Amino acid sequence: MIDLVVIPLIKIVIVLTGVLVTVMYLVLLERKVQAWVQVRLGPMRVGPHGVLQPIADVLKLFVKEDITPVRADKWVFTLAPIIVLVPAIIAFAVIPFGDTVSIFGKPVPLRVADLNIGLLYIVAVASIGIYGIILGGWSSNSKYPLLGALRSSAQLISYEVAVTLTFVSVVLASGSLSMVDIVTAQKANGVWFAFVQPVSLFIYAVGALAETNRSPFDLPEAEQELVAGFHTEYSGMRFALFFLAEYANMIVVSAIATTLFFGGWLRPFPNVEFLRVLDIVPGWAWFVVKTFLVLYVFLWIRATLPRYRYDQLMRLGWKFLIPLAIANIIVTAAVKVVLSY
Amino acid sequence: MTPITPAHYMVLSAALFIIGVIGVMTRRNIIVILMSIELMLNAVNINLVAFSQLWQNAVGQVFVVFVVCVAAAEAAVGLGIILAFYRNKETVNIDEMSLMRW
Amino acid sequence: MGQALAFYTLAAFILGFGVLVVTARSTVHSIVFLVADFLFIAGLYVLMGAPFLAAIQVVVYAGGIVVLYLFVVMLVNLKRPPEAHQDRRRRGRLGMVVALVVLVELAAIAAYKYVSPAAGLPPVTPMGPDNVAQVGMILYTDYLIPFELASILLLVAMVGAIILARRDL
Repeated sequence: MIDLVVIPLIKIVIVLTGVLVTVMYLVLLERKVQAWVQVRLGPMRVGPHGVLQPIADVLKLFVKEDITPVRADKWVFTLAPIIVLVPAIIAFAVIPFGDTVSIFGKPVPLRVADLNIGLLYIVAVASIGIYGIILGGWSSNSKYPLLGALRSSAQLISYEVAVTLTFVSVVLASGSLSMVDIVTAQKANGVWFAFVQPVSLFIYAVGALAETNRSPFDLPEAEQELVAGFHTEYSGMRFALFFLAEYANMIVVSAIATTLFFGGWLRPFPNVEFLRVLDIVPGWAWFVVKTFLVLYVFLWIRATLPRYRYDQLMRLGWKFLIPLAIANIIVTAAVKVVLSY
Repeated sequence: MTPITPAHYMVLSAALFIIGVIGVMTRRNIIVILMSIELMLNAVNINLVAFSQLWQNAVGQVFVVFVVCVAAAEAAVGLGIILAFYRNKETVNIDEMSLMRW
Repeated sequence: MGQALAFYTLAAFILGFGVLVVTARSTVHSIVFLVADFLFIAGLYVLMGAPFLAAIQVVVYAGGIVVLYLFVVMLVNLKRPPEAHQDRRRRGRLGMVVALVVLVELAAIAAYKYVSPAAGLPPVTPMGPDNVAQVGMILYTDYLIPFELASILLLVAMVGAIILARRDL
């Protein structure tokens, strides 16, 4: 009873609160990093060095007026932010934060669930998130959101194909779809998959930027373009849900990159005896550090690169990344066959 | 409660199939008709997976993969045809798609 | 016990959403109900011991095909609903006739079970743990040729859909 219900519930609560708090502070971190890159200071007023700024943001979004456009489809208008947020959060169910630790004498694996089709589950969940964007744009009954939604969702489904193909080559290298097995395979190999599959990492990085609508692929929601894209007509708490979903997506994508390519909870050089001393740092701490480094790269790229035009974006996805991903799968499979002789 | 036998799945599958048939026969919007066809295909899939589970043979599930494949191809081409037709006739009501009727 | 409860709940939702798909007034609502239907069918696949198929159902059907439908509905956005001028009563009567046929058919299935029962259909049991490996092995060994043919079919469908949807036919 305790094993079946109580422990997973506690884990879910911890993961949920962790994600929400991290999202709030990720917003602040983004503003700070952008500011520092642009030789200014960012939010400094609320709390020391702006540390309490997320609380001010949340309060503001709570008390803002919730406007629904006149001829909008009310049910779908309300449903859209929920459809975007839920997949972003339930993707955390299969991400392994660490190995099995023993708490009060009980062995507790540091993940909410270990599905044997973990990676497929993430792909499935990601493809549901697209609906929120299309339905949000359509139900606003206004042309800028509709155009933004169509562009954004076309972008998402195009890059989803490329990202899924890179998952295939990672699965080829590790031999299992389960996220825990992928980390274990990296431990057995002794090298992270970032070095075994660099092309996959590159395609995944570009695809992940496009999947989360981040620069340089943020044309559908940039303010200079389509007003604000698909969430133009949203305000107050509904907009907060869209906002939350975008940053939660960023964290999910970074966590997946950490698990698949950077060794999850393993310390650097996991098989080298000489560096045993690094084992004092617990697995989940390594995971958090690695995820934040990947997130920092996201923010860094936003501050550095200019935006892609929409047709350039689609051409990059279909004509460059997908053939490259397929070639990557063929090469990986060939290498695996050759190595097994 | 009685254990869930494949007969239960067959009843569910038959009911879903008939709902799809009702959709195809009574609705006039061609997009809803295509969606009802998808419902029928899913009903067949449920049946296949139920019997694959009964005989503990994964070939039923392989068949379902192929059915999904064909359904995807059919949906893509069907929607392409609808788009082309809509550009010419500005309608998606199948009562008005009667150009080649006698 | 838990399995029966799960089955009846999922079946109720599947059939309920199915009816809603067929009877919803707005096409976009039909599509949303269709997505929900497919998600519950994926849940049913998990119950039947086919997790790989459940994931494929969500990725391909709910996340691909229905998105395609949604795109087309948005591009075909009409001012007046397409069923404005047809005979409402005719729909009702035809629906009743078909529903009666359903009832007769389902009653026949149920009655057949008692009239001439099969050699005791065993209750369903889940398959081995590595479902993906099983399906993959069969796909790549016994059914390799249909697999390759399916890829050609998809290529043909893709080319066809692109050509059909072009502006300058």
